[in-house]
Amino acid sequence: MGQRITFKLFATLQDYLPAEAKKTNALVLDLDEGTTVAQVVERFALPLKLVHLVLIDGNFVPPAERIGRVLKDGETLAIWPPVAGG
Amino acid sequence: MGWTKKILRVDLSNGSIKSEPLNMQWAKDYLGQRGLATKYFVEEVDPKVDPLAPENKLIMTTGPLTGTAASTGGRYSVVTKGALTNAIACSNSGGYFGAELKFAGWDMIIFEGKSAKPVYLSIEDDKVELRDASHLWGKTVFQTEETIKKSHQDPQTRVCSIGRAGENGVKYACIVNDLHRAAGRSGVGTVMGSKNLKAVAVRGTKGAGAIKDPKAFMAATKAAKKVLADNPVTGQGLPTYGTQVLMNVINEMGALPTRNHRDVQFEDARKISGEAMKEKRPTDGKTHLVTNAACFGCTIACGRISRIDETHFSVVNKPEYWGASGGLEYEAAWALGSANGVGDLEALQYANILCNEDGFDPISFGATVAAAMELYDLGILSKEQIGIEAPFGSAQALVTLAEMTAKGEGFGKELGLGSARMCAKYGRPELSMGVKGQEFPAYDSRGIQGMGLAYSTSNRGACHLRGYTVASEVLGIPVKTDPLVTEGKADLVKAFQDATAVFDSSGTCVFTTFAWSLADLQPQLDAACEGEWTMEGLATLGERIWNMERLFNNAAGFTAKDDDLPPRLKTEPAKTGPAKGLVNGIDKMRPEYYKVRGWTPEGVPTKETLARLGL
Repeated sequence: MGQRITFKLFATLQDYLPAEAKKTNALVLDLDEGTTVAQVVERFALPLKLVHLVLIDGNFVPPAERIGRVLKDGETLAIWPPVAGG
Repeated sequence: MGWTKKILRVDLSNGSIKSEPLNMQWAKDYLGQRGLATKYFVEEVDPKVDPLAPENKLIMTTGPLTGTAASTGGRYSVVTKGALTNAIACSNSGGYFGAELKFAGWDMIIFEGKSAKPVYLSIEDDKVELRDASHLWGKTVFQTEETIKKSHQDPQTRVCSIGRAGENGVKYACIVNDLHRAAGRSGVGTVMGSKNLKAVAVRGTKGAGAIKDPKAFMAATKAAKKVLADNPVTGQGLPTYGTQVLMNVINEMGALPTRNHRDVQFEDARKISGEAMKEKRPTDGKTHLVTNAACFGCTIACGRISRIDETHFSVVNKPEYWGASGGLEYEAAWALGSANGVGDLEALQYANILCNEDGFDPISFGATVAAAMELYDLGILSKEQIGIEAPFGSAQALVTLAEMTAKGEGFGKELGLGSARMCAKYGRPELSMGVKGQEFPAYDSRGIQGMGLAYSTSNRGACHLRGYTVASEVLGIPVKTDPLVTEGKADLVKAFQDATAVFDSSGTCVFTTFAWSLADLQPQLDAACEGEWTMEGLATLGERIWNMERLFNNAAGFTAKDDDLPPRLKTEPAKTGPAKGLVNGIDKMRPEYYKVRGWTPEGVPTKETLARLGL
């Protein structure tokens, strides 16, 4: 059975979204079971140096865990390049 | 040397103006700007002084790197006892005013007393005089700057001034320079207004020379600029999206205070985000954002310059607001937007322009509107009292209330009290979302635990710029920590607070710390300033400044009870997001923090701590 997740790309990474998704920064993705964060990153050809802040449902996913972290149905994966503010 | 070694002392009561040598022993112990001016302040002012009394003083101060070739070296600060907080206040601003003051040959200006009539201070190098400002009283910041520049016949004159908010006693009035940079928080503009001081105009032609070792300084500043340029945050992230890129980040993390902190996520966050500012509007096909902008000497250029939609209801038939103007920055966008549940980007920018135009802090103003909207929602305030329907989410209410506050009319007078006084007046003090009378900035401490401690212990009241643990807890700078736990946060907060005090005393911008550590600042200071400036010495200096401010507040009457959060953040768990079910663990973190600081359980620095810091 597949997994349906929400995939969000922000800041300069939104250029990697299809045009219709840029208005919301979000895209619904249907994934094969067992798909990992790293596989989604690869599918969208995101430059690894821009894959900086990775959140699943708002929780930080450390770099070392991105290869093995399997996405579950209903989760939201959001990714930012290096950013800051104040 | 970095410093000009000269300060101006202006007695507004009798009109006297004196030049004094800078106290170089204090400069070595407190560096400049925040640290050094606070040293002068605590030595000269009774901690129990009424902030609006003539006996309160107001110091405009540069750092040793202000006006130099150091990146971001354009900062100046205003130190006083805050009108909003009754605590030590130090508000920091960029733009060009600080560098110009240095070029005129002055490290700082100490204002004393109160003028019998409105005046402004004119500085042209050594020619310094108080001039009549009767014709400027009642004018906005924008009008004041323009009028002074015209009358001086010198467009390169730099001006800082108060608007009508500062004249009218709005408790969170700012001092605005270069049209849209501001010493924004704690009511420093209110103090300026209480002294009948409308503006300071400065033109300097001396430059900022007299660097201890110019060759070493150029090498150190060049290396430090490369660090900023090579860092993806300061080299690309901040110039491209500015601080506003945080809107979606903090919302996703469930730490975006919404509707007076009732919620921690805002359904319209994206509509008011940095991403939205770069999108073409359907109405006119133009983007809200026009360009980024830099303050003096800055190689980051995070500032936002935007143009409002001319067809928006707030500015129809008001062409004076159609031009490009400063904003939105993240804090203003949050306070005017999410805090009130308003998802109308153009309305936020209009309210933000009013804040710049008449000099009032958008954070405290927006958060006070949020409190008023909650009082309205609870039926405690009526439409008749406010003058307009004011439900959460009403862009019309937001802009109307901003206009009222700018002009000091109607319910604007109540909003001008700030949320603490306003909520107390209507019998619900617990609905004021702040610490020590100052409203929270844009991070909910249920979702970012360390910020609860940083807010509670900030010497100028709730503030993100005194210990920005968001850098670590959210962005992983310098190392990633878990935002949802309290463990380790006492040490983290102290480290951020002490390091920030050094940057705030140097003349550089705290935003450099997304790339720089003290190790990048130290060689620049050591090359610029006479004496020996070591890493160890700077770390101690930061801690010394923090404790000096704390001692002032303790003497002013603050106690450990004031290092606390409103009950909502301690008893009402976050409803959504990663922090769902969590409250802030301030009661656990506070005792740990006092211990790490070397303070008693009552929050008083011990004799050993004071001796170690040379206090």
